[in-house]
Formats: sequence, structure tokens, C-alpha cells
Amino acid sequence: MEIPMQCYLIVALVMFFSGVYGFITRRNLLAMLMSLELILNAVNVFFVVFNRFLFPEHLEGMFFSLFVIGVAAAETALAIAIIINVFRSSKNIDNEEIKELKY
Amino acid sequence: MYSDIIALMRPEFLLLAQIVFLLIYDLFVCECGKKYFDTIACGLFVVCSVISFYPFGGVTVFGDCFGGMFSTSEMSQIVKMILCLGALLVFLQSKTWLNDERIVGKRSEMYILTLSTLFGMNLMMSAGHFLLFYLGLEMASLPLVTLVAYNKWSKESVEAGAKYVLMAAFSSGMMLFGIALFYGSVGVEGMYFDAIRKYLMVQPIQLMALVFFLSGVAFKISLVPFHLWTADVYQGAPTNVSAYLSVVSKGAAVFALMFLSFRMFANVFVYWQYILATLIVLSITIGNLFAMRQTNMKRFLAFSSISQAGYIMLGMIAGTDMAMTSVVFYLLVYLVSNIGLFGVVSIIENKTGMLTISDYNGLYKTNPKLSLAMTLFLFSLAGIPPFAGFFSKFFVFMSAAEEGWYILVFISLINTVISLYYYLLVVKAMFITPNENPIEEVKSDCFSKIGLFICLACTILLGIFSCVFAFISDASFALF
Repeated sequence: MEIPMQCYLIVALVMFFSGVYGFITRRNLLAMLMSLELILNAVNVFFVVFNRFLFPEHLEGMFFSLFVIGVAAAETALAIAIIINVFRSSKNIDNEEIKELKY
Repeated sequence: MYSDIIALMRPEFLLLAQIVFLLIYDLFVCECGKKYFDTIACGLFVVCSVISFYPFGGVTVFGDCFGGMFSTSEMSQIVKMILCLGALLVFLQSKTWLNDERIVGKRSEMYILTLSTLFGMNLMMSAGHFLLFYLGLEMASLPLVTLVAYNKWSKESVEAGAKYVLMAAFSSGMMLFGIALFYGSVGVEGMYFDAIRKYLMVQPIQLMALVFFLSGVAFKISLVPFHLWTADVYQGAPTNVSAYLSVVSKGAAVFALMFLSFRMFANVFVYWQYILATLIVLSITIGNLFAMRQTNMKRFLAFSSISQAGYIMLGMIAGTDMAMTSVVFYLLVYLVSNIGLFGVVSIIENKTGMLTISDYNGLYKTNPKLSLAMTLFLFSLAGIPPFAGFFSKFFVFMSAAEEGWYILVFISLINTVISLYYYLLVVKAMFITPNENPIEEVKSDCFSKIGLFICLACTILLGIFSCVFAFISDASFALF
């Protein structure tokens, strides 16, 4: 039995919006970073599913998701380096406590 | 075959060569050679930019390569030139900051990272496919994150870096979601812009894709519902990096969106205009209202740049070739006056550490030249007649009014008057407000002097000599 495309899309949508929700509500910088990864991976699922079900004759979606994975890795490395710096300077990565810059 | 590619990608290859050269130079040269690093980097950048854009005997530099992934046109060359000019002005102004003893050892990184972002922006300008566009965008924003967090000893800089990296990643996630929806709904012939243009229609999923894509890019341009990171990041980042962020990075995102919308959105243009109109009204008004209550100079400039972004997008709304010309011209004028303004702020901050507007009280008595320059830049941003800012605003309004957006133009005009108030607050502080002990006389180095002089000359002359506008106008194209 072939699983229809809609099932994959629902899973990916749930992933995407839980990522957005997590990014907005989480207070820990690392947890925010994890939510970002969730968003990017949901997008990857979208690309792969669209490619597999709608346009199986070419591979653009697959390649796009490969590139997204690569860029996401770079982004995470950078974000973690900066979060370590934040921790060094304020001994905290809770975003309620990091408020040097405010009105 | 390969010579075609090299001719087409000349600016990109030269940027890569500069990056490699600066890396090697910094590694292997002796101490006395390092003293001249700034001079060598700036000189090399000027030479390479001239070689990139000089038309050697009419060598054809317009066309496609890599199967349409990378395409250049006359307009994209002009836009790349403008971005190069912006980067050069920022380089000239950042010498004092880079020779601070805490970062002098790693100053080469600033040049290398900035050049990498410029490389990414060039890819964005010439992209003919969403993949290249995405890669260019990331290449343009990731090195900027490290630049924002450059002053490692400063808590604020690091915090701004954290905010910027999270916001940049979040916005690119939003944009990717939009791209994925585009791919699913209109990707029959792949994700080339020209192919998508053919299949794009007014269906709910495509409009949703449009909205998500636009919100991702609007984060980079800092239009209003997506502007919350702007003030914090501009305040925390080193001032010269803020200048780069507010002008070159924002300008690149505007240009990329402009090319994309002019090449792709013909069929959904009515909806696109209404989304854009809402964003414009919000950014101009809210940017203005928040700018009024700022006391910190950098936050003030951040909010003023948000409202300027609204004016820039106002130029894009018409979709005619006049619209494209007015956007590019507005950005050129905005670039010189805003970088000049940031330049004055950075000179004063680097020498004295003063940053609030009330610190500028009575600046005219001690630093008449600096305060005069700053006044001219502020007048240009506010759009007072003899300066270029007036003409750029005029063209933007005209292009929107020609297509019948009278209410929008009217709202923007009212906001121009409001913006005069807060720009003049700074002028008043410098010239009129009495102060017992104003900032003492500041000596700036010759690099910043050259930079400020270029900015000043452009601010005064760009409006008077119409050849620049005619040059841009010849290269622009319409949506339909």
C-alpha cells in the first residue's frame, strides 16, 4: 500500500509549526536553536516529498534539501560558537536574563 | 567556453582572488608589512572593483551561464557596483576601529568576512535559480553574524550576535518554507525563475508561498512586522558593522527582491502590491514613531533606517521601469548619506566613546566640520531640496503616483514631514543646545576623511548631475 503524499505533508507541517512555536516560546538559546533545526528539517521533508511524488523525473528537490542540510550545519556551528561566547560573558544562556540591549 | 564564464563572473572571481590573497598575505608577511594591511586591502579592493566593472573594449558581460543558474544584465552590474562602493566606504571608515589594540591582531578577518558577504550578495544579484539565490543569501548573512559579534570583550556585541544569528536562521527557515511551497505548486520545469514565472497563478498555495517567501526576505530588509531585531543588533554591533548592515546588507536584500519580483511575479502582481503596500505603510509610520523617542544614536539610526526601507519599497510597488530606476537611485543616495552618518558617529564613538544624542550638544563649537557634514547627511536623509535625498524621494513618489497609488504617496509624504522632526532634533543638539563641556576636538585619520569626503560629494552632486540617474534609467526594465 502506497502512503499518500498528504500524510507526509501533514507530518512536515506539524514539524514546521512546532518549530516556529518552540522558537517563539522557548527561553533557552540552545532550545531555540533546536527549534530552528526542526524548521529546516521540516522544509527538507517538503522538498523531498514534493520531488518524489510530484516531479519524479528530475532531482531538484533532493539537491535543494542536500544544500539546506549543509548550510544548516554551518549555521548551527556558528550559532553554538556565539552561544558559548554569550555564556562566557554572562554565565547564562536564558534569554530572559540576556537583556543588555533594550529600550 | 570557459572564457565566457570567466568574463561573466569577473566580479565574483576577483572577489574570491582578493579573499585568498588577503588570507595568505596576513599569514606570511612580516610585522612591518602588517602595518600597511589596511592600505593594501583598500587599494586592492579599488583596483579589483575597477577591473570588475570596466568595459574593456566592449567585452560582452551580459548573458547566462551554468544553464541559466547564473545570469547577468546591465542592471545587475550597476547594482553590484553600488554594493562595492558601499563596502569600500565602510572599509575606509573602519580603520580606527580596526586599529584598536584589542582587535588589531585579527583585523584581516574583518576584510575577509566582508568580502565573503559581498561575494554572496553578488551571487544573489545574479541568481537565476532559487538554489543559487538561497546559497547567496546564506553566504551574505553568515559571515555578517561573526562581524556583529566581532568585539568579543563587549557583552553587547556578543548579545547582538546571538540575536542576529537566531533571527537570520529563523528568517531563512521562513523563506525556505515559501520556496518549498513554490516548488511543490509550480516546479514542473524546476526552480528557475523564468520557469516559475510561466506557471505562477493566483491559487491559495501560491499566495501562501509568496507570503512566506516575502516575510523571509523582509526580515533581511527589516520591514516592520519583522523589524524587532534591528535596533538591538545595530546598537550592539560595532558601529562600522552597523553601517554595513544598514546599507549594504539591506540594499542587497532589496535588490535581490527587486530582481526576483520583476522576473517572477507578473501573474500575482496585484496581490503582491497589496501585501507590499501594507508593509510600506507600517514600516514608514512605525519606524518614524519609534525613532522619535530614541536617545542612543545607533538605535536612532536603526529606526530611521527602518522607515527608509519603507520608502525604498515604495519605489518598487509600481513595477514599471521608472520604479526600478527610482529604487536603485534611492538606494544609491541612501547608501552615501547613511554611511556618511554612521561614519561621523563611528569617528566620535571610537575617539570618545560618546553615543547618546545629548552627548552631541554643542558639537558645532568644537568640531565644526564634522557637525556640518553630519547636518548635510541628515538633510539628505530627510529629503531637503538641494541635496540628493530630495531627488531620490521625488522619483520614488513619482513612480508610485504614476500608477495611481495616491493614498500611499500621501501617507509617505506626511511621514516625511514627521521624519524631519527627529532628524532636526540631532541638528538642533549640535548647533543650538548650549553645553558647558562639549566633546573635545576629534582628529580623524585620513582614511575616514577620504570616506567622508566621497560621501559628502556624492550627497551633494548626485541630485544635481542627472547623468547617474540617466545611466541607471537606461539599464532598467519593466515587469510586464
